[in-house]
Amino acid sequence: MALTRENVAYIAHLARLAVSEREAADYVVKLSRILDLVDQLRQVDTAGIAPMAHPLPMAQRLRPDAVTETDRREDIQRNAPQAAEGLYLVPRVIE
Amino acid sequence: MSWEPVIGLEIHAQLATRSKIFSGAATAYGAPPNTQACLVDLGYPGVLPVLNAEAVRLAVRFGLAIGGTVAPRSIFARKNYFYPDLPKGYQISQYELPVVKGGSVEILLDDGSRKTVRLTRAHLEEDAGKSLHESFQGLSGIDLNRAGTPLLEIVSEPDMRSAKEAAAYMRRVHQLVRWIGICDGNMQEGSFRCDANVSVRRAGTDKLGTRTEIKNLNSFRFLERAILHEIDRQIEVIEDGGRIVQETRLYDPDRDETRSMRSKEEANDYRYFPDPDLLPLEIDAATLDAVRATLPELPDRRAARFVTLGIPAADAAQLTLERDTADYFEAVLAAAPAVEPRVAANWVNGDLAAALNDAGLGITASRVGAAALAALLLRVADNTISGKIAKDVFAAMWAGEGGADDIIAARGLRQITDSGALEAAIDKVIAASPNQLAEYRAGKDKLFGYFVGQVMKATGGKANPQQLNELLRRKLG
Repeated sequence: MALTRENVAYIAHLARLAVSEREAADYVVKLSRILDLVDQLRQVDTAGIAPMAHPLPMAQRLRPDAVTETDRREDIQRNAPQAAEGLYLVPRVIE
Repeated sequence: MSWEPVIGLEIHAQLATRSKIFSGAATAYGAPPNTQACLVDLGYPGVLPVLNAEAVRLAVRFGLAIGGTVAPRSIFARKNYFYPDLPKGYQISQYELPVVKGGSVEILLDDGSRKTVRLTRAHLEEDAGKSLHESFQGLSGIDLNRAGTPLLEIVSEPDMRSAKEAAAYMRRVHQLVRWIGICDGNMQEGSFRCDANVSVRRAGTDKLGTRTEIKNLNSFRFLERAILHEIDRQIEVIEDGGRIVQETRLYDPDRDETRSMRSKEEANDYRYFPDPDLLPLEIDAATLDAVRATLPELPDRRAARFVTLGIPAADAAQLTLERDTADYFEAVLAAAPAVEPRVAANWVNGDLAAALNDAGLGITASRVGAAALAALLLRVADNTISGKIAKDVFAAMWAGEGGADDIIAARGLRQITDSGALEAAIDKVIAASPNQLAEYRAGKDKLFGYFVGQVMKATGGKANPQQLNELLRRKLG
């Protein structure tokens, strides 16, 4: 299966990646090759085989419902470019 | 041309856990911003989400309560989108294999009939954070305390045909999640909120029209108004020759309108895939049995049982809106077996509900407990006081003046059941009202009430009503 430039631009936009025209041309080829591999897989008859959700043959471990984390806001907010009044500040986003 | 609305709801119920769905941070409401957001909630590199057992148990509880199928194996998936209140760039949710499939709830329609609304699924997911746009020039403030809070998303089939039905369904689910104790239902705090999928089609056709999704519905009234508005808007667009665009719309309660959220439209490609950080969730039969054993009698069944006690269906429904109310009611019955259930129901739904409402109290904080109310109703049942006097006694009990018997004794409210004393009072009234007596005997039956009133007045309301009626009738001839 061959991807188009539009496909690549769309995927890049969804992932919020800035991809130049030149890079896009390169990705069209390389990503299409990955899809070719997927096409190969598709030729295998998987009727009656349950889709695998995880490579480990185990079930999810559950933790008891207990509060174990304490407030580390000050430490953590040192990593933030901008914070005030306890809030992280980001460029304005509004619907 | 007549149009038929088709509505389905997605309800987000916050599960009543102490800690978050994938981390040990607290979920308590109202903490200072970002003090309950740990590294897992913030999506730091290298952290691992670990599923909260209680969130699973509560989801199972819901699945059993609606008669759905609890999946023996379900999968967590990543729902990918970018928004500042979602630091990981994805929300952990469930997609192809949700924890609950199917089930249904019944809603009561205005004409008294019942309608079944089918549920598609209910799945576990984490909440996002909150953006605050007011305080900062050109910037948004992000509070991630809510990030990672466990939610059960409850998805209905498009079975509702009016805004009213949709509101009735939302109320029903609200009642149920509180009844089984999985969600506190607090809509102001965002613990229970709803998105509505709305489309219209020509009456009599089967094919669904293009739908829009209305977000931001956090009250029953807003839900109803937003849907009404959206139905009108869609009909207008179609009748004007236009087409409905599948999109997300936001309800603005101040303007009472919905408007398009264009920015979300193109981001609607969420590219779900199984989250490699989480293994499949397995729920075995033993767990199901254990949860089932702790499920309370559900509201419908309980209401039906109340009806068999001689309580009208509407009153039984009222008594079972909240489990605490039903418990209170049954505690009254248990403490006062001599009291007719119907009478007790009237008190709980009437005077008690009004007093609680005025005081802004929940029934568990009632100033008159179930045993105290039972003691009062027993005094009515054994004719110590009339139902009318009982209202005064109740008010005194509510004001903290003591128990029913104390108040009856202290205020001398015991009914006059001694017929001699009652007859004397009647004779006095008759003697003082010769004109009325003549008119009554001349056929003005309505004056009977006048005599009753006068005797009641003379006895301070303490005459036994039945006895008074009998004696009066005899004496007036």
